[in-house]
Amino acid sequence: MADPDSNDTVISGVAPGISRSAPQSKEEVIVISHLYKSFGSNRVLQDFNLTLYKGQNIVVLGKSGSGKSVLIKCIIGLLRPDAGEIFVFGKNVPELNHFALDELRARIGFLFQSNALYDSMTVRDNLEFPLRRHWIQVTQAQVNDMVMEALEDVGLAHTVDMMPVELSGGMRKRIALARTLILKPDIILYDEPTTGLDPITGKEIIDLIVEIQNKYNTASLIISHDMNCVRLASDLVAVLIEGKCYALDTYDRLKSSTDPNVKPFFEQ
Amino acid sequence: MATDTTLKKFLDETGRIAVFTGRFLNEWFRPRYEISEFFRQCYIIGYKSLPLIGLTGFIIGLVMTMQLRPSMVNYGVESQIPAIVGISIIREIGPIITALIFAGKIGSSIGAELGSMKVTEQIDAMEVSGTNPFKYLVVSRVLATTFMLPVLVLLSDCIALYGSYLGVNIKGITSWSLFWNKVFTNLIYADIFPAFIKTFFFGFIVGIIGCYKGYHSSKGTEGVGRSANSSVVVSSVLIFITDLLVVQVTDLIGYG
Ligand SMILES: Nc1ncnc2c1ncn2[C@@H]1O[C@H](COP(=O)(O)OP(=O)(O)OP(=O)(O)O)[C@@H](O)[C@H]1O
Ligand SMILES: [Mg+2]
Repeated sequence: MADPDSNDTVISGVAPGISRSAPQSKEEVIVISHLYKSFGSNRVLQDFNLTLYKGQNIVVLGKSGSGKSVLIKCIIGLLRPDAGEIFVFGKNVPELNHFALDELRARIGFLFQSNALYDSMTVRDNLEFPLRRHWIQVTQAQVNDMVMEALEDVGLAHTVDMMPVELSGGMRKRIALARTLILKPDIILYDEPTTGLDPITGKEIIDLIVEIQNKYNTASLIISHDMNCVRLASDLVAVLIEGKCYALDTYDRLKSSTDPNVKPFFEQ
Repeated sequence: MATDTTLKKFLDETGRIAVFTGRFLNEWFRPRYEISEFFRQCYIIGYKSLPLIGLTGFIIGLVMTMQLRPSMVNYGVESQIPAIVGISIIREIGPIITALIFAGKIGSSIGAELGSMKVTEQIDAMEVSGTNPFKYLVVSRVLATTFMLPVLVLLSDCIALYGSYLGVNIKGITSWSLFWNKVFTNLIYADIFPAFIKTFFFGFIVGIIGCYKGYHSSKGTEGVGRSANSSVVVSSVLIFITDLLVVQVTDLIGYG
Protein backbone atom coordinates (compact mmCIF):
# COMPACT_ATOMS: atom_id res chain seq x y z
CA MET A 1 0.00 0.00 0.00
CA ALA A 2 0.99 3.59 -0.45
CA ASP A 3 0.45 4.08 3.25
CA PRO A 4 3.56 2.79 5.02
CA ASP A 5 1.75 2.32 8.33
CA SER A 6 -0.59 -0.21 6.84
CA ASN A 7 2.04 -2.91 7.27
CA ASP A 8 1.40 -2.73 10.99
CA THR A 9 -2.20 -3.72 10.53
CA VAL A 10 -1.31 -7.28 9.57
CA ILE A 11 -3.21 -9.64 11.75
CA SER A 12 -1.04 -12.63 12.29
CA GLY A 13 -2.40 -16.06 12.75
CA VAL A 14 -5.52 -15.36 10.71
CA ALA A 15 -6.29 -17.05 7.44
CA PRO A 16 -4.35 -15.72 4.45
CA GLY A 17 -5.50 -12.55 2.87
CA ILE A 18 -6.41 -10.52 5.91
CA SER A 19 -4.23 -7.47 5.87
CA ARG A 20 -4.20 -3.86 4.82
CA SER A 21 -7.14 -1.62 4.55
CA ALA A 22 -8.79 -2.99 1.41
CA PRO A 23 -12.09 -4.67 2.17
CA GLN A 24 -11.81 -8.35 1.49
CA SER A 25 -14.47 -10.95 1.37
CA LYS A 26 -13.95 -14.65 1.42
CA GLU A 27 -15.18 -15.04 -2.11
CA GLU A 28 -12.73 -17.19 -4.02
CA VAL A 29 -11.94 -15.96 -7.52
CA ILE A 30 -9.06 -18.24 -8.48
CA VAL A 31 -8.53 -21.68 -7.02
CA ILE A 32 -5.59 -23.64 -8.35
CA SER A 33 -5.28 -27.19 -7.18
CA HIS A 34 -2.70 -29.84 -7.96
CA LEU A 35 -1.49 -28.12 -11.09
CA TYR A 36 1.12 -29.93 -13.20
CA LYS A 37 2.75 -28.62 -16.35
CA SER A 38 5.86 -29.82 -18.11
CA PHE A 39 7.50 -29.20 -21.46
CA GLY A 40 9.02 -32.49 -22.54
CA SER A 41 11.31 -33.53 -19.73
CA ASN A 42 11.34 -30.04 -18.25
CA ARG A 43 8.96 -30.22 -15.29
CA VAL A 44 7.88 -26.68 -14.65
CA LEU A 45 4.89 -26.86 -12.31
CA GLN A 46 4.45 -29.79 -9.99
CA ASP A 47 1.51 -29.95 -7.66
CA PHE A 48 1.04 -26.20 -7.45
CA ASN A 49 -1.78 -24.97 -5.20
CA LEU A 50 -2.98 -21.44 -4.60
CA THR A 51 -6.20 -19.62 -3.78
CA LEU A 52 -6.88 -15.98 -4.58
CA TYR A 53 -9.77 -14.13 -2.96
CA LYS A 54 -11.71 -11.17 -4.20
CA GLY A 55 -9.98 -7.90 -3.44
CA GLN A 56 -6.67 -9.56 -2.72
CA ASN A 57 -3.25 -9.01 -4.28
CA ILE A 58 -0.84 -11.92 -4.28
CA VAL A 59 2.70 -11.37 -5.48
CA VAL A 60 4.42 -14.44 -6.92
CA LEU A 61 8.16 -14.65 -6.34
CA GLY A 62 10.39 -17.16 -8.02
CA LYS A 63 13.71 -17.52 -9.76
CA SER A 64 13.98 -16.81 -13.46
CA GLY A 65 12.72 -19.83 -15.35
CA SER A 66 10.86 -21.22 -12.35
CA GLY A 67 7.54 -21.13 -14.19
CA LYS A 68 5.85 -17.94 -13.07
CA SER A 69 4.82 -16.90 -16.58
CA VAL A 70 3.75 -20.47 -17.32
CA LEU A 71 1.53 -20.36 -14.24
CA ILE A 72 -0.45 -17.30 -15.28
CA LYS A 73 -0.65 -18.48 -18.87
CA CYS A 74 -2.30 -21.63 -17.58
CA ILE A 75 -4.77 -19.48 -15.63
CA ILE A 76 -5.85 -17.53 -18.72
CA GLY A 77 -5.95 -20.68 -20.84
CA LEU A 78 -3.05 -19.89 -23.15
CA LEU A 79 -1.30 -23.03 -21.97
CA ARG A 80 -3.01 -26.27 -21.16
CA PRO A 81 -1.92 -27.88 -17.91
CA ASP A 82 -1.01 -31.57 -17.91
CA ALA A 83 -3.11 -32.18 -14.83
CA GLY A 84 -4.90 -30.29 -12.13
CA GLU A 85 -7.71 -27.81 -11.87
CA ILE A 86 -7.85 -24.05 -12.21
CA PHE A 87 -11.17 -22.62 -11.12
CA VAL A 88 -11.74 -19.01 -12.10
CA PHE A 89 -15.08 -17.67 -10.90
CA GLY A 90 -16.04 -21.27 -10.30
CA LYS A 91 -15.27 -22.46 -13.84
CA ASN A 92 -12.53 -24.94 -14.53
CA VAL A 93 -10.43 -23.24 -17.21
CA PRO A 94 -8.87 -26.30 -18.90
CA GLU A 95 -12.33 -27.72 -19.53
CA LEU A 96 -13.93 -24.63 -21.04
CA ASN A 97 -14.81 -24.38 -24.73
CA HIS A 98 -13.86 -21.38 -26.85
CA PHE A 99 -16.98 -19.36 -26.16
CA ALA A 100 -16.95 -19.85 -22.42
CA LEU A 101 -13.25 -19.11 -22.34
CA ASP A 102 -13.71 -15.85 -24.25
CA GLU A 103 -16.47 -14.85 -21.92
CA LEU A 104 -14.25 -15.52 -18.93
CA ARG A 105 -11.28 -13.73 -20.49
CA ALA A 106 -13.32 -10.55 -20.84
CA ARG A 107 -13.25 -10.40 -17.03
CA ILE A 108 -9.51 -11.01 -16.75
CA GLY A 109 -6.77 -8.52 -17.54
CA PHE A 110 -3.43 -9.90 -18.60
CA LEU A 111 -0.21 -7.90 -18.75
CA PHE A 112 2.38 -9.72 -20.84
CA GLN A 113 5.97 -9.79 -19.71
CA SER A 114 6.97 -8.69 -23.22
CA ASN A 115 4.09 -6.14 -23.38
CA ALA A 116 2.83 -7.72 -26.63
CA LEU A 117 1.64 -4.43 -28.10
CA TYR A 118 0.40 -4.80 -31.67
CA ASP A 119 3.13 -3.01 -33.54
CA SER A 120 1.12 -2.55 -36.71
CA MET A 121 -1.50 -0.52 -34.83
CA THR A 122 -1.48 2.89 -33.19
CA VAL A 123 -1.76 3.21 -29.42
CA ARG A 124 -5.45 4.02 -29.83
CA ASP A 125 -6.11 0.89 -31.90
CA ASN A 126 -4.15 -1.18 -29.43
CA LEU A 127 -6.40 -0.03 -26.63
CA GLU A 128 -9.57 -0.34 -28.66
CA PHE A 129 -8.77 -3.88 -29.71
CA PRO A 130 -10.00 -5.67 -26.55
CA LEU A 131 -13.03 -3.36 -26.37
CA ARG A 132 -14.12 -4.16 -29.87
CA ARG A 133 -13.31 -7.84 -29.81
CA HIS A 134 -15.08 -8.88 -26.63
CA TRP A 135 -18.60 -8.21 -27.98
CA ILE A 136 -19.09 -5.40 -25.55
CA GLN A 137 -21.87 -3.01 -26.47
CA VAL A 138 -20.31 0.42 -26.57
CA THR A 139 -20.71 3.46 -28.76
CA GLN A 140 -17.79 5.15 -30.47
CA ALA A 141 -17.99 8.05 -28.00
CA GLN A 142 -17.78 5.65 -25.07
CA VAL A 143 -14.84 3.89 -26.68
CA ASN A 144 -13.01 7.19 -27.05
CA ASP A 145 -13.70 8.08 -23.44
CA MET A 146 -12.51 4.72 -22.19
CA VAL A 147 -9.32 4.95 -24.24
CA MET A 148 -8.51 8.42 -22.97
CA GLU A 149 -9.33 7.48 -19.39
CA ALA A 150 -7.06 4.44 -19.53
CA LEU A 151 -4.26 6.51 -21.06
CA GLU A 152 -4.64 9.24 -18.47
CA ASP A 153 -4.41 6.62 -15.74
CA VAL A 154 -0.93 5.75 -16.96
CA GLY A 155 -0.04 9.37 -17.77
CA LEU A 156 0.36 8.91 -21.51
CA ALA A 157 -2.65 10.64 -23.05
CA HIS A 158 -0.43 12.46 -25.55
CA THR A 159 0.75 9.23 -27.18
CA VAL A 160 -2.69 8.23 -28.41
CA ASP A 161 -1.87 8.53 -32.10
CA MET A 162 1.67 7.21 -31.94
CA MET A 163 2.91 3.81 -33.03
CA PRO A 164 4.43 1.47 -30.43
CA VAL A 165 7.87 1.69 -32.08
CA GLU A 166 7.94 5.40 -31.36
CA LEU A 167 7.67 4.80 -27.61
CA SER A 168 10.35 4.06 -25.07
CA GLY A 169 10.43 0.71 -23.28
CA GLY A 170 8.84 2.09 -20.14
CA MET A 171 6.14 3.89 -22.11
CA ARG A 172 5.32 0.67 -23.90
CA LYS A 173 4.97 -1.08 -20.57
CA ARG A 174 2.54 1.60 -19.43
CA ILE A 175 0.52 1.40 -22.65
CA ALA A 176 0.34 -2.35 -22.19
CA LEU A 177 -0.88 -1.73 -18.67
CA ALA A 178 -3.54 0.65 -19.97
CA ARG A 179 -4.68 -1.98 -22.45
CA THR A 180 -4.88 -4.49 -19.61
CA LEU A 181 -6.99 -2.18 -17.48
CA ILE A 182 -9.31 -0.79 -20.12
CA LEU A 183 -11.98 -3.45 -19.66
CA LYS A 184 -12.02 -2.87 -15.88
CA PRO A 185 -11.37 -6.55 -15.26
CA ASP A 186 -12.29 -8.33 -12.05
CA ILE A 187 -9.00 -10.21 -12.02
CA ILE A 188 -5.70 -8.87 -13.23
CA LEU A 189 -2.65 -10.99 -13.92
CA TYR A 190 0.49 -8.86 -14.08
CA ASP A 191 3.68 -10.36 -15.46
CA GLU A 192 6.47 -8.15 -14.15
CA PRO A 193 4.70 -4.79 -14.31
CA THR A 194 7.67 -2.72 -13.14
CA THR A 195 10.57 -4.45 -14.86
CA GLY A 196 12.52 -2.07 -17.06
CA LEU A 197 11.07 1.06 -15.49
CA ASP A 198 12.97 3.71 -13.56
CA PRO A 199 12.25 3.67 -9.81
CA ILE A 200 9.97 6.69 -9.98
CA THR A 201 7.78 5.38 -12.80
CA GLY A 202 7.91 1.97 -11.18
CA LYS A 203 6.55 3.48 -7.99
CA GLU A 204 3.77 5.19 -9.96
CA ILE A 205 2.80 1.89 -11.51
CA ILE A 206 2.75 0.21 -8.11
CA ASP A 207 0.57 3.02 -6.76
CA LEU A 208 -1.72 2.57 -9.76
CA ILE A 209 -1.99 -1.16 -9.11
CA VAL A 210 -2.91 -0.55 -5.49
CA GLU A 211 -5.33 2.23 -6.41
CA ILE A 212 -7.12 0.01 -8.90
CA GLN A 213 -7.39 -2.71 -6.34
CA ASN A 214 -8.93 -0.34 -3.82
CA LYS A 215 -11.21 1.37 -6.30
CA TYR A 216 -12.65 -1.68 -8.03
CA ASN A 217 -11.96 -4.36 -5.44
CA THR A 218 -10.12 -6.43 -8.04
CA ALA A 219 -8.05 -9.47 -7.30
CA SER A 220 -4.55 -9.64 -8.76
CA LEU A 221 -1.70 -12.01 -9.21
CA ILE A 222 1.48 -10.02 -9.64
CA ILE A 223 4.73 -11.53 -10.77
CA SER A 224 7.58 -9.35 -9.69
CA HIS A 225 11.22 -9.27 -8.67
CA ASP A 226 10.94 -5.70 -7.56
CA MET A 227 11.03 -5.65 -3.75
CA ASN A 228 9.29 -2.27 -3.69
CA CYS A 229 6.43 -3.79 -5.62
CA VAL A 230 6.36 -6.84 -3.39
CA ARG A 231 6.31 -4.74 -0.26
CA LEU A 232 3.79 -2.15 -1.38
CA ALA A 233 1.37 -4.09 -3.52
CA SER A 234 1.11 -7.45 -1.82
CA ASP A 235 -1.41 -8.73 0.64
CA LEU A 236 0.34 -12.05 0.45
CA VAL A 237 3.51 -13.29 -1.15
CA ALA A 238 3.71 -16.72 -2.77
CA VAL A 239 7.12 -18.21 -3.30
CA LEU A 240 7.39 -20.57 -6.25
CA ILE A 241 10.15 -23.11 -5.81
CA GLU A 242 10.55 -26.34 -7.77
CA GLY A 243 7.10 -26.06 -9.25
CA LYS A 244 5.34 -25.77 -5.91
CA CYS A 245 3.90 -22.95 -3.91
CA TYR A 246 6.63 -23.30 -1.34
CA ALA A 247 5.47 -20.53 0.97
CA LEU A 248 2.48 -18.20 1.19
CA ASP A 249 2.52 -15.47 3.77
CA THR A 250 2.63 -11.73 4.28
CA TYR A 251 5.66 -9.77 3.16
CA ASP A 252 6.75 -8.96 6.71
CA ARG A 253 6.69 -12.50 7.92
CA LEU A 254 8.46 -13.89 4.89
CA LYS A 255 11.05 -11.16 5.12
CA SER A 256 11.94 -12.22 8.64
CA SER A 257 11.84 -15.88 7.69
CA THR A 258 14.95 -17.91 8.37
CA ASP A 259 14.12 -20.56 5.77
CA PRO A 260 17.23 -20.90 3.55
CA ASN A 261 15.01 -21.23 0.45
CA VAL A 262 12.98 -18.11 1.14
CA LYS A 263 15.62 -15.85 2.63
CA PRO A 264 17.62 -15.16 -0.57
CA PHE A 265 14.59 -13.50 -2.22
CA PHE A 266 14.48 -10.81 0.43
CA GLU A 267 18.20 -10.12 0.71
CA GLN A 268 18.74 -7.32 -1.73
CA MET B 1 22.27 -40.98 -41.25
CA ALA B 2 22.14 -37.38 -42.33
CA THR B 3 19.68 -38.16 -45.11
CA ASP B 4 17.67 -40.12 -42.61
CA THR B 5 17.04 -37.10 -40.39
CA THR B 6 16.54 -34.84 -43.41
CA LEU B 7 13.87 -37.17 -44.72
CA LYS B 8 12.29 -37.34 -41.29
CA LYS B 9 12.30 -33.55 -41.03
CA PHE B 10 10.81 -33.25 -44.49
CA LEU B 11 7.99 -35.67 -43.71
CA ASP B 12 7.45 -34.01 -40.35
CA GLU B 13 7.12 -30.60 -41.96
CA THR B 14 4.84 -31.91 -44.69
CA GLY B 15 2.58 -33.42 -42.05
CA ARG B 16 2.45 -30.18 -40.12
CA ILE B 17 1.62 -28.15 -43.21
CA ALA B 18 -1.14 -30.64 -43.98
CA VAL B 19 -2.56 -30.27 -40.48
CA PHE B 20 -2.36 -26.48 -40.74
CA THR B 21 -4.13 -26.56 -44.11
CA GLY B 22 -6.74 -28.87 -42.65
CA ARG B 23 -7.33 -26.40 -39.85
CA PHE B 24 -7.79 -23.63 -42.39
CA LEU B 25 -10.27 -25.67 -44.41
CA ASN B 26 -12.13 -26.47 -41.24
CA GLU B 27 -12.29 -22.92 -39.93
CA TRP B 28 -12.60 -20.54 -42.83
CA PHE B 29 -16.34 -20.88 -43.37
CA ARG B 30 -17.36 -20.84 -39.72
CA PRO B 31 -18.31 -17.64 -37.90
CA ARG B 32 -17.07 -15.30 -36.65
CA TYR B 33 -16.21 -13.81 -40.05
CA GLU B 34 -13.36 -11.34 -40.10
CA ILE B 35 -14.73 -9.51 -43.11
CA SER B 36 -13.19 -6.10 -42.59
CA GLU B 37 -9.83 -7.69 -41.89
CA PHE B 38 -10.18 -9.71 -45.11
CA PHE B 39 -10.79 -6.57 -47.18
CA ARG B 40 -7.98 -4.76 -45.43
CA GLN B 41 -5.62 -7.59 -46.32
CA CYS B 42 -6.87 -7.66 -49.92
CA TYR B 43 -6.09 -4.00 -50.20
CA ILE B 44 -2.66 -4.29 -48.63
CA ILE B 45 -1.69 -7.43 -50.51
CA GLY B 46 -2.97 -6.30 -53.87
CA TYR B 47 -1.80 -2.73 -53.61
CA LYS B 48 1.66 -3.59 -52.31
CA SER B 49 2.51 -5.91 -55.16
CA LEU B 50 0.89 -3.94 -57.96
CA PRO B 51 3.88 -1.80 -59.08
CA LEU B 52 6.31 -4.68 -58.99
CA ILE B 53 4.02 -7.03 -60.85
CA GLY B 54 3.15 -4.39 -63.42
CA LEU B 55 6.80 -3.62 -64.07
CA THR B 56 7.90 -7.23 -64.43
CA GLY B 57 4.90 -8.04 -66.62
CA PHE B 58 5.70 -5.16 -68.92
CA ILE B 59 9.34 -6.14 -69.25
CA ILE B 60 8.55 -9.81 -69.85
CA GLY B 61 6.13 -8.98 -72.67
CA LEU B 62 8.52 -6.53 -74.27
CA VAL B 63 11.61 -8.71 -74.01
CA MET B 64 9.87 -11.87 -75.16
CA THR B 65 8.68 -10.12 -78.27
CA MET B 66 12.13 -8.73 -79.05
CA GLN B 67 13.79 -12.08 -78.47
CA LEU B 68 11.32 -13.98 -80.60
CA ARG B 69 11.48 -11.67 -83.58
CA PRO B 70 14.76 -12.87 -85.23
CA SER B 71 13.72 -16.51 -85.42
CA MET B 72 10.19 -15.61 -86.45
CA VAL B 73 11.57 -13.44 -89.22
CA ASN B 74 13.76 -16.36 -90.29
CA TYR B 75 10.73 -18.60 -90.58
CA GLY B 76 8.80 -15.87 -92.27
CA VAL B 77 6.02 -15.84 -89.70
CA GLU B 78 6.74 -12.44 -88.25
CA SER B 79 3.05 -11.64 -88.31
CA GLN B 80 2.36 -14.44 -85.82
CA ILE B 81 4.40 -12.87 -83.02
CA PRO B 82 1.36 -11.47 -81.17
CA ALA B 83 -0.35 -14.86 -81.23
CA ILE B 84 2.66 -16.73 -79.90
CA VAL B 85 3.46 -14.20 -77.22
CA GLY B 86 -0.20 -14.07 -76.27
CA ILE B 87 -0.46 -17.81 -75.80
CA SER B 88 2.75 -18.16 -73.84
CA ILE B 89 1.97 -15.27 -71.55
CA ILE B 90 -1.60 -16.24 -70.82
CA ARG B 91 -1.02 -19.94 -70.46
CA GLU B 92 2.22 -20.06 -68.57
CA ILE B 93 4.53 -17.10 -68.22
CA GLY B 94 2.05 -14.64 -66.78
CA PRO B 95 0.75 -16.90 -64.02
CA ILE B 96 4.07 -18.41 -63.04
CA ILE B 97 6.16 -15.24 -63.03
CA THR B 98 3.49 -13.29 -61.19
CA ALA B 99 3.06 -16.07 -58.65
CA LEU B 100 6.80 -16.29 -58.01
CA ILE B 101 7.12 -12.55 -57.54
CA PHE B 102 4.04 -12.62 -55.34
CA ALA B 103 5.65 -15.37 -53.27
CA GLY B 104 8.81 -13.32 -52.91
CA LYS B 105 7.03 -10.15 -51.97
CA ILE B 106 3.92 -11.22 -50.08
CA GLY B 107 4.92 -14.68 -48.84
CA SER B 108 7.99 -13.32 -47.14
CA SER B 109 6.17 -10.37 -45.62
CA ILE B 110 3.41 -12.59 -44.24
CA GLY B 111 6.01 -14.99 -42.84
CA ALA B 112 7.95 -12.19 -41.20
CA GLU B 113 4.89 -10.36 -39.91
CA LEU B 114 3.23 -13.36 -38.31
CA GLY B 115 6.63 -14.63 -37.15
CA SER B 116 7.37 -11.45 -35.26
CA MET B 117 3.85 -11.35 -33.87
CA LYS B 118 4.38 -14.89 -32.64
CA VAL B 119 7.69 -14.31 -30.91
CA THR B 120 6.58 -11.07 -29.26
CA GLU B 121 3.43 -12.77 -27.93
CA GLN B 122 1.09 -10.55 -29.96
CA ILE B 123 -0.75 -13.65 -31.14
CA ASP B 124 -1.29 -14.71 -27.52
CA ALA B 125 -2.45 -11.18 -26.72
CA MET B 126 -5.10 -11.43 -29.45
CA GLU B 127 -6.27 -14.69 -28.04
CA VAL B 128 -6.81 -13.26 -24.57
CA SER B 129 -8.65 -10.32 -26.13
CA GLY B 130 -11.48 -12.52 -27.32
CA THR B 131 -10.12 -13.04 -30.82
CA ASN B 132 -9.39 -16.27 -32.57
CA PRO B 133 -5.97 -15.36 -33.97
CA PHE B 134 -6.17 -18.16 -36.52
CA LYS B 135 -9.24 -16.58 -38.04
CA TYR B 136 -8.18 -13.01 -37.62
CA LEU B 137 -4.66 -13.45 -38.98
CA VAL B 138 -4.46 -16.66 -40.98
CA VAL B 139 -7.87 -17.07 -42.57
CA SER B 140 -8.09 -13.44 -43.66
CA ARG B 141 -4.62 -13.51 -45.21
CA VAL B 142 -4.99 -16.85 -46.97
CA LEU B 143 -8.33 -15.84 -48.47
CA ALA B 144 -6.87 -12.51 -49.51
CA THR B 145 -3.90 -14.05 -51.30
CA THR B 146 -6.16 -16.65 -52.93
CA PHE B 147 -8.43 -14.00 -54.41
CA MET B 148 -5.88 -11.29 -55.11
CA LEU B 149 -3.34 -13.34 -57.05
CA PRO B 150 -5.75 -14.13 -59.92
CA VAL B 151 -6.58 -10.43 -60.18
CA LEU B 152 -2.91 -9.55 -60.24
CA VAL B 153 -2.20 -12.22 -62.87
CA LEU B 154 -4.95 -10.80 -65.06
CA LEU B 155 -3.49 -7.33 -64.76
CA SER B 156 0.00 -8.59 -65.33
CA ASP B 157 -1.11 -10.46 -68.47
CA CYS B 158 -2.66 -7.30 -69.88
CA ILE B 159 0.40 -5.21 -69.11
CA ALA B 160 2.69 -7.87 -70.59
CA LEU B 161 0.65 -7.90 -73.79
CA TYR B 162 0.86 -4.14 -73.92
CA GLY B 163 4.64 -4.47 -73.57
CA SER B 164 4.55 -6.94 -76.40
CA TYR B 165 2.57 -4.50 -78.53
CA LEU B 166 5.29 -1.90 -78.03
CA GLY B 167 7.91 -4.55 -78.79
CA VAL B 168 6.24 -5.42 -82.06
CA ASN B 169 6.20 -1.77 -83.02
CA ILE B 170 9.87 -1.18 -82.38
CA LYS B 171 10.79 -2.77 -85.71
CA GLY B 172 7.72 -2.72 -87.81
CA ILE B 173 4.25 -1.37 -87.60
CA THR B 174 1.24 -3.24 -86.33
CA SER B 175 -1.87 -1.34 -85.48
CA TRP B 176 -3.43 -1.57 -82.02
CA SER B 177 -6.52 -3.37 -83.24
CA LEU B 178 -4.61 -5.73 -85.49
CA PHE B 179 -2.35 -6.70 -82.59
CA TRP B 180 -5.23 -7.59 -80.29
CA ASN B 181 -7.01 -9.29 -83.11
CA LYS B 182 -3.99 -11.54 -83.66
CA VAL B 183 -3.75 -12.30 -79.95
CA PHE B 184 -7.35 -13.25 -79.46
CA THR B 185 -8.25 -15.09 -82.64
CA ASN B 186 -5.75 -17.76 -81.67
CA LEU B 187 -6.80 -17.98 -78.06
CA ILE B 188 -9.40 -20.51 -77.10
CA TYR B 189 -11.32 -21.06 -73.89
CA ALA B 190 -9.02 -23.98 -73.05
CA ASP B 191 -6.06 -21.61 -73.00
CA ILE B 192 -7.57 -19.20 -70.59
CA PHE B 193 -9.65 -21.20 -68.17
CA PRO B 194 -7.09 -23.67 -66.73
CA ALA B 195 -4.49 -20.92 -66.57
CA PHE B 196 -6.90 -18.78 -64.61
CA ILE B 197 -7.92 -21.60 -62.25
CA LYS B 198 -4.37 -22.48 -61.32
CA THR B 199 -3.68 -18.96 -60.13
CA PHE B 200 -6.14 -19.51 -57.29
CA PHE B 201 -4.06 -22.47 -56.18
CA PHE B 202 -0.87 -20.43 -56.43
CA GLY B 203 -2.38 -17.68 -54.32
CA PHE B 204 -3.57 -20.18 -51.75
CA ILE B 205 -0.10 -21.73 -51.55
CA VAL B 206 1.61 -18.39 -50.97
CA GLY B 207 -0.87 -17.50 -48.22
CA ILE B 208 -0.95 -20.80 -46.41
CA ILE B 209 2.81 -21.35 -46.46
CA GLY B 210 3.58 -17.79 -45.36
CA CYS B 211 1.09 -18.08 -42.51
CA TYR B 212 2.27 -21.54 -41.52
CA LYS B 213 5.90 -20.46 -41.39
CA GLY B 214 5.08 -17.35 -39.40
CA TYR B 215 2.62 -18.99 -37.06
CA HIS B 216 5.12 -21.71 -36.19
CA SER B 217 8.08 -19.41 -35.99
CA SER B 218 10.62 -20.46 -33.41
CA LYS B 219 11.52 -18.09 -30.64
CA GLY B 220 13.82 -15.20 -31.36
CA THR B 221 14.45 -12.77 -34.17
CA GLU B 222 16.54 -15.30 -36.04
CA GLY B 223 13.44 -17.47 -36.25
CA VAL B 224 11.53 -14.59 -37.85
CA GLY B 225 14.12 -14.24 -40.60
CA ARG B 226 14.07 -17.94 -41.19
CA SER B 227 10.26 -17.96 -41.42
CA ALA B 228 10.32 -15.25 -44.07
CA ASN B 229 13.01 -16.98 -46.03
CA SER B 230 11.64 -20.48 -45.97
CA SER B 231 8.11 -19.34 -46.79
CA VAL B 232 9.43 -17.99 -50.10
CA VAL B 233 11.46 -21.11 -50.85
CA VAL B 234 8.73 -23.58 -49.98
CA SER B 235 5.93 -21.71 -51.72
CA SER B 236 8.01 -21.23 -54.89
CA VAL B 237 8.75 -24.94 -55.11
CA LEU B 238 5.12 -25.79 -54.42
CA ILE B 239 4.00 -23.37 -57.12
CA PHE B 240 6.12 -25.22 -59.70
CA ILE B 241 4.86 -28.60 -58.52
CA THR B 242 1.26 -27.41 -58.66
CA ASP B 243 1.84 -25.99 -62.12
CA LEU B 244 3.07 -29.36 -63.30
CA LEU B 245 0.10 -31.13 -61.74
CA VAL B 246 -2.45 -28.71 -63.16
CA VAL B 247 -1.03 -29.11 -66.65
CA GLN B 248 -1.23 -32.89 -66.34
CA VAL B 249 -4.77 -32.79 -65.04
CA THR B 250 -6.07 -30.36 -67.65
CA ASP B 251 -4.35 -32.48 -70.29
CA LEU B 252 -6.16 -35.54 -69.02
CA ILE B 253 -9.58 -33.96 -68.99
CA GLY B 254 -9.04 -32.67 -72.48
CA TYR B 255 -8.31 -29.05 -71.89
CA GLY B 256 -4.73 -29.42 -73.11
N1 LIG C 1 6.22 -22.55 -24.83
C1 LIG C 1 7.20 -23.19 -24.15
N2 LIG C 1 7.76 -24.29 -24.67
C2 LIG C 1 8.73 -24.95 -24.01
N3 LIG C 1 9.20 -24.59 -22.82
C3 LIG C 1 8.70 -23.50 -22.24
C4 LIG C 1 7.66 -22.72 -22.89
N4 LIG C 1 7.35 -21.69 -22.08
C5 LIG C 1 8.14 -21.80 -21.00
N5 LIG C 1 8.95 -22.88 -21.08
C6 LIG C 1 9.91 -23.33 -20.06
O1 LIG C 1 9.27 -23.26 -18.82
C7 LIG C 1 10.15 -22.79 -17.83
C8 LIG C 1 9.50 -21.64 -17.10
O2 LIG C 1 9.35 -20.55 -17.97
P1 LIG C 1 8.68 -19.20 -17.49
O3 LIG C 1 8.62 -18.32 -18.68
O4 LIG C 1 7.43 -19.49 -16.79
O5 LIG C 1 9.74 -18.62 -16.47
P2 LIG C 1 9.56 -17.38 -15.51
O6 LIG C 1 9.45 -17.90 -14.13
O7 LIG C 1 8.47 -16.52 -15.99
O8 LIG C 1 10.97 -16.68 -15.68
P3 LIG C 1 11.31 -15.13 -15.87
O9 LIG C 1 11.35 -14.53 -14.52
O10 LIG C 1 12.66 -15.15 -16.48
O11 LIG C 1 10.28 -14.55 -16.75
C9 LIG C 1 11.45 -22.43 -18.53
O12 LIG C 1 12.37 -23.46 -18.25
C10 LIG C 1 11.10 -22.41 -19.97
O13 LIG C 1 12.18 -22.92 -20.71
MG1 LIG D 1 8.31 -14.81 -16.98
